[in-house]
Amino acid sequence: MELRARVPGGPIQEKWDRHRFDLRLVSPANKRKYHVVVVGSGLAGASAAATLAELGYRVSCFCFQDSPRRAHSIAAQGGINAAKNYQNDGDSIWRLFYDTVKGGDFRAREANVYRLAQISVDIIDQCTAQGVPFAREYGGLLANRSFGGTQVSRTFYARGQTGQQLLLGAYQALARQIGLGQVAMYPRAEMLDVVVLEGKARGIVVRDLVTGAVNGHVADAVVLATGGYSNVFFLSTNAKGCNVTATWRAHKRGALFANPCFTQIHPTCIPPSGHHQSKLTLMSESLRNDGRIWVPKRAGDGRPPAQIPEEDRDYFLERLYPSFGNLVPRDVASRRAKEMVDGGHGVGPLANGVYLDFREAVERLGRGGIVERYENLFEMYERITGEDAFATPMRIYPAPHYTMGGLWVDYNLMTTVDGLYAIGEANFSDHGANRLGASALMQGLADGYFVLPYTIGDYLAQTKLEPVGVNHTAFRDVEADVAARVAKLLAVNGSRTVDEFHRELGTLMWDRCGMSRSADGLTEAIAQVRALRERFWREVRVVGSGEDFNQALEKAGRVADFLEFAELMCEDARHREESCGCHFREESQTPDGEARRDDSRFAYVAAWEYKGAGHPPALHKERLEFEYVHLAQRSYK
Amino acid sequence: MRLSLHVWRQPGPAVPGRFVRYEVKDVSPDMSFLEVLDVLNEDLIHAGETPIAFDHDCREGICGSCGMVINGRPHGPRRATTACQLHMRHFTDGQEIWIEPWRARAFPVVKDLVVDRGAFDRIIQAGGFITVRAGSAPEANSLLVSKRDADLAMDAAACIGCGACVAACPNASAMLFVAAKVSHLGALPQGQPERPDRVVRMVERMDAEGFGACTNHGECMAACPKEISIDFIARLNRDYIKGAFL
Repeated sequence: MELRARVPGGPIQEKWDRHRFDLRLVSPANKRKYHVVVVGSGLAGASAAATLAELGYRVSCFCFQDSPRRAHSIAAQGGINAAKNYQNDGDSIWRLFYDTVKGGDFRAREANVYRLAQISVDIIDQCTAQGVPFAREYGGLLANRSFGGTQVSRTFYARGQTGQQLLLGAYQALARQIGLGQVAMYPRAEMLDVVVLEGKARGIVVRDLVTGAVNGHVADAVVLATGGYSNVFFLSTNAKGCNVTATWRAHKRGALFANPCFTQIHPTCIPPSGHHQSKLTLMSESLRNDGRIWVPKRAGDGRPPAQIPEEDRDYFLERLYPSFGNLVPRDVASRRAKEMVDGGHGVGPLANGVYLDFREAVERLGRGGIVERYENLFEMYERITGEDAFATPMRIYPAPHYTMGGLWVDYNLMTTVDGLYAIGEANFSDHGANRLGASALMQGLADGYFVLPYTIGDYLAQTKLEPVGVNHTAFRDVEADVAARVAKLLAVNGSRTVDEFHRELGTLMWDRCGMSRSADGLTEAIAQVRALRERFWREVRVVGSGEDFNQALEKAGRVADFLEFAELMCEDARHREESCGCHFREESQTPDGEARRDDSRFAYVAAWEYKGAGHPPALHKERLEFEYVHLAQRSYK
Repeated sequence: MRLSLHVWRQPGPAVPGRFVRYEVKDVSPDMSFLEVLDVLNEDLIHAGETPIAFDHDCREGICGSCGMVINGRPHGPRRATTACQLHMRHFTDGQEIWIEPWRARAFPVVKDLVVDRGAFDRIIQAGGFITVRAGSAPEANSLLVSKRDADLAMDAAACIGCGACVAACPNASAMLFVAAKVSHLGALPQGQPERPDRVVRMVERMDAEGFGACTNHGECMAACPKEISIDFIARLNRDYIKGAFL
């Protein structure tokens, strides 16, 4: 298989404009003849479904939640980047492009990233017009803040609820199209497979989560906007329902999975409080703008923070990285925090966190100033921990948060299966090996509002599709596969719950394929994942039937897929014998513990092809060329 | 801690439901309310019984999925807190806790604590939006919005659509939900062109869905995990009168 990225020629600034001109168009009268299936209703899915419907396509949109408004994009707190340069501080499209390629540690495709930076400005216009209540200055203009390690203020925000407000904007645009009859919305519906006919995606098979009915839906193109796979770690900041099922099933039907080992660990989450912990809560990274991170200098120092004098505190990020201090990128902050905790400097009842201290910020800004900036975050912290972060430092620890890996897509966002697209977090994306803060919302909306609606037309305009119905054998066969798998899960009738397996998988992945990884650890992990998967299919217990609302069954299917996917993730991490971005290989570091990237061997996207159960996946490489941002080792010293 | 839970069990919409008592041991004060249900469900599965169905997703108080009436109060006893963010340190050892679904004609029970809140989506579909085709938006800073208006819009826009307001209201009214969206969009200059039609269409849809009327009990505001103010209902009424006579 040859990977064709279809990056257009010409100078990088002109690529997207030229490409848009070269893309074939579907005439307005013909658009309504095409039916597009969009799976997922987060920022990428909702914006794509709404925009395709506005253009005149017939759209069906599916989400597993009870309403499209609840997709996990809603939980993003901090903000969305755009190269507006409203602050006159030297920002530009070029700088956002540069920061994103560099921040991604040179593992993203330059042309895609440039396009993303270009489109970022249109997103802010679009969302503002929709009524997204972005923060404002007193003069009525939009406010910005600096965010997550950038040296310009380019982040737009709506209190600590930016994701919610952007999603509601997209949801409302989608709702309008549902009301107009242009979109058929299917909530509480889970996509369990893709139907590929003669090499082209022609629809999906969906399980209705209320009735259990398994049905096919025919389409001329299928768009997966199904988010990331952080829940492979069991404990992550993702919503409980987030899963890899849609992208994994597409992978098994021929879509290559790219860079699955690129997973982002977010430095500022609330540490677990015990075995009952069901998920982790992120505290927005913006808190690092005003909070100072420290641990006691002496390992095992059990004194309460107020009793630890300045000279006994180690502000380790400020010490190690004097110019960036607490604002070093996420991967660096996370790894250093882990080192501190592993070295016995952890704080809190379980000694599993580091302090994020606001004492100086409160003195500087006053309590009112902090509330104005961070509003609900201090309350949120208090609700979960019972501690007042105005009076005592927050405790934070890294947690899985975002996955840069995903289905491989070309410049048009099409996977290696014709007519099957992946957008938002579901694709391997523009973030390389590490995503910058406030860039996930930007990418989801760029793909959905401004990229896919153009590129999908190009495919439809030039592709001859035979009419098929859900009675076609291709659909009947996949429906039968799906139904058989559901029946198989119910039939095991073992002695252990799905969550017990999921927790075990999560611990294993966190230890072996989390913040730092080694060849030996990964080799062991692969064997352990296989053994766990085998035990799952022998010992899992799913109570109830497949013919009604059965949340345990839903969860079982997702965990079964994570158990397959985890192996590929470890395989990818093992093959990449370099440290880059969030992927830290213990064998590839400098004497002072910084990541060492190996461009001579690994400046490529690793795209894996499924070769059948029990067969090793095949690796395909898309070589990355850096013409505009020159390869350099990241240094935040 | 040890707790006695009385949980509403109802296999489906057409089958009558009832409270079933469960004893839960070893509850840590650091657990969230939903984590207690997780633990109970694990025990039920081990015993071969059907686990309790309840909606939940983000567990950060923002997606609006979770919702259950806990000891007579939607989302439980704590101010401005969703069930997923409610922690057991607010309960006492040996306490009896009654857990029920939202009860409203417009929110039929799907199973146990899960209800169908599709009516909220249909109200938004009727008019809870600003019409903007992607690509046609003007430069964002060409629209000036005073900080006061932007803050007011954001206060209203904070609604998570959980339905606690409906569950709390003796009339099962959705006025606070509708008022929040009408006020969010009506407070902004972008929302003005559709303002009169929007409110009328949303209110008509709300009535058609079977929600009750507002009689100023104020229970909605007290139950709202985002503390959406009942003042917005006054704005809704004013906008509705203006819209209806235009």
